[in-house]
Amino acid sequence: MDGAHTPKFEPVIRAAGLDGVLVSFGAALSEPANRAALAFAAAVGRSGIEGVEECAPSLVSVFLRFDPLHLELGVLVQRLSTLLSERDWYDAAMPDGRRFIRVPTVYGTELAPQLAEAAEAAGLSVEAAEEQLSTARVRVQTIGFAPGQPYLGLLPEAWNIPRQTALTKAVPEGALVVAIRQLVLFSVSNPTGWRHVGQTALSLFRPDSDTPFFLRPGDEVQFVPVSRDVLARYADDPNGGAEIEDIR
Amino acid sequence: MRALKVHRIAPGATVQDGGRAGYMAFGVSRGGAADRLALVEGAALLRQSPECAALELPGSGGVFEATEPMRIALTGAPMRVTLDGAPLVWNASHRMGAGMRLEIGGATGGSYGYLHVGGGLDTPLLLGARSAHLAAGIGAVVQAGEALPVGPDARDEVGLFLPQDSRFDGGVLRLVESFQTGLFDAATRTRFAQTVFTRDARANRMGMRLNSEGDGFSASEGLNILSESILPGDIQITGDGTPYLLLNESQTTGGYPRIGTVIPADLPRAVQTGAGGQLRFEFVPREEALKAQQRMTDYIAQVPKLCMPLVRDPSQIRDLLSYQLISGATAGDAAESEG
Repeated sequence: MDGAHTPKFEPVIRAAGLDGVLVSFGAALSEPANRAALAFAAAVGRSGIEGVEECAPSLVSVFLRFDPLHLELGVLVQRLSTLLSERDWYDAAMPDGRRFIRVPTVYGTELAPQLAEAAEAAGLSVEAAEEQLSTARVRVQTIGFAPGQPYLGLLPEAWNIPRQTALTKAVPEGALVVAIRQLVLFSVSNPTGWRHVGQTALSLFRPDSDTPFFLRPGDEVQFVPVSRDVLARYADDPNGGAEIEDIR
Repeated sequence: MRALKVHRIAPGATVQDGGRAGYMAFGVSRGGAADRLALVEGAALLRQSPECAALELPGSGGVFEATEPMRIALTGAPMRVTLDGAPLVWNASHRMGAGMRLEIGGATGGSYGYLHVGGGLDTPLLLGARSAHLAAGIGAVVQAGEALPVGPDARDEVGLFLPQDSRFDGGVLRLVESFQTGLFDAATRTRFAQTVFTRDARANRMGMRLNSEGDGFSASEGLNILSESILPGDIQITGDGTPYLLLNESQTTGGYPRIGTVIPADLPRAVQTGAGGQLRFEFVPREEALKAQQRMTDYIAQVPKLCMPLVRDPSQIRDLLSYQLISGATAGDAAESEG
């Protein structure tokens, strides 16, 4: 499963349990593979294959859940192969309506206690780690794990750090965590194997709202450093003080 | 208001229906009743739609009171239960008068019991379902003092019974290989299938930790693989080699590698394994898994026809006249087999 995407990577279709299929566009994260996954998921949604019950993109893959008693795996794989052959998915455009969002973030302190540990894993000083994380303009590559929760990347190579061997019991909503050149911003409190390096006041999931999910794949985000006092001011703002502009 | 008043309730009890399909792309797993068969069985006993929401009771029940006469059914993990002090048969439907006190105690086997009401629990729809999804922050656990609204009930039939299933005792769970099974070498997979696991006490609706003696079950490259989609039944191995069985309310993606996926037909058995219960895993070919899926689908279609009249033992009924006895019911086996 290691090795980077090359232009020669062929999409792979594999069974996932009894009632799932995974179409993978790469073994490692790359921008073309990510764009391929987003575009192919949209195309599967439009194709309306009977027996397919759910379709969701992840970082470089598309997961389909289907009814295995009414749609044979072999038939589904054939349909997906045909769809795959229709175009070069690695060349697909980004989704429309993307935005650039600057999110106030406290790095380190008791709010985000693993900054130093993560910096050490990345071979950086704490100052350099904060500098790199806070100036990176990262893109939402997929929404997953928890409601409206983004995987963001890619960070500089130094951040290709592994997950922890044991899970952190819980990080709070708004926690910014890091591993394998990616950031994840937590939408609800959950356990994680990633390291907690920053804290925001952004509410990503609003179940009572007409627009329950704040971020979308393709949006770009920068986690701008602020003090704890500044962050505290945004406690009642669901956007956590974020500044939003459209990407044209 | 037509409601079920909650005087006391087990920690972690929630309102559950079939959950929310279709939100995986937004990071929301389907959720819904941990034991979907119990939901179907309760609906059949009340002759109503399996989409009706019920109360999911983890490990033990609580004390409840109806504001109006209503029908109830009890399914899933069998629990000690009395209505105004008189024992009720589990896996059956009953009438509950206004002001009567329904006391549901601890499970005598299994994990999740279900209290269904005629008309279904009528709590608000959120993203198209009534299910609480605790991991997603949708809904919340039910607390003492609440009154859960109950929908209108067009039917009157009670006194139906379903034979108790054997899915509450742990046992063998069938697995199919998944797209990350190959990350584990053959020796590790074989050892996994030969190991007897104990369900950890910390299991919840997201998943259950599986404890075993001896070494863990590590994969190569285990901590650096990309996060991929998760489906219920996946067995994820965390960095220290411990397997976790992921359930309906799990995260939608995850990066710890998965050694295999428990087939949907065996998930009710998996979730109903009580704390300390023993489980083993058996890799089966896809054809066998499909047959099991067909048998489960057939069972779900058959459940309404499998419901049979509950024959009561009059000696166990404190106030005989308050009950509407089913015609022909005199004495019988069902109530005696309850204990």
